[in-house]
Amino acid sequence: MNTALIQVEVVIPTQTKYLDLIGSIGERVAHELDGYTGDREALAYQLNLVLTEATANAIKHAHDDDPKNSVRISIQLQENALIIKVYDHGQGFDLAKVPLPDFEHPKESGMGLFLIRSMMDSVTYTRLDDCNVLEIIKYLE
Amino acid sequence: MNLNLEKINGFSVLNILDERIDAHNSGDLKTYLLQLIESGEKNLIIQLQQVRFIDSSGLGALLSGNKHIIAKSGKLALTNIQQQVLSMFELTRLNRVFDIYADLNEAFTDET
Repeated sequence: MNTALIQVEVVIPTQTKYLDLIGSIGERVAHELDGYTGDREALAYQLNLVLTEATANAIKHAHDDDPKNSVRISIQLQENALIIKVYDHGQGFDLAKVPLPDFEHPKESGMGLFLIRSMMDSVTYTRLDDCNVLEIIKYLE
Repeated sequence: MNLNLEKINGFSVLNILDERIDAHNSGDLKTYLLQLIESGEKNLIIQLQQVRFIDSSGLGALLSGNKHIIAKSGKLALTNIQQQVLSMFELTRLNRVFDIYADLNEAFTDET
């Protein structure tokens, strides 16, 4: 098991005004990566985007009527991979049933998961005892 | 959302002054565009020079504006898109849906 070089854990209320904060953390992490040889600006944008989309999804699917609702986000940097986990307390969904966008007849919504999958290497969504977790992995080699 | 609308050469030019369009402010943008189009706007250019980040909901708001203006026989063009933001249009193939120009002059020349 790889140990984390950096681990950031953030818990936010289910409000979209915090998306900027979460996305910015992703950008900063990209700029902190030692020895990353790829396009760092592109990676910074991707991490910002993926965190923004995943957190926005979790906020959208949360139970609006619960004032104690929150979204927990974990960003873990390992030797050769970046692992993002977003925990939500909503009803959950089946990742396998999320369709690809219809590029010929684009719709206003439904592009978020497509973008996450396009930019990252692995995406899973798992039901845990008391919450769901969207796990996103980006390999850095 | 910080927006500024001006008339140039008979076009309405909407400058988006926020650096970031995400699920927090894209609803405002969508509503604003719909009101503008409902009020009869037919030649709209949106300047994205200040925008360094857009998410899927932001793309959705622009797409909504584009659909509505086309339904009213109008045109919507986008200009001055930053590279990373442009890559979002390319990834979602929305660069084939929108009229995208490098700058205002190019948009004026082509759209008239």
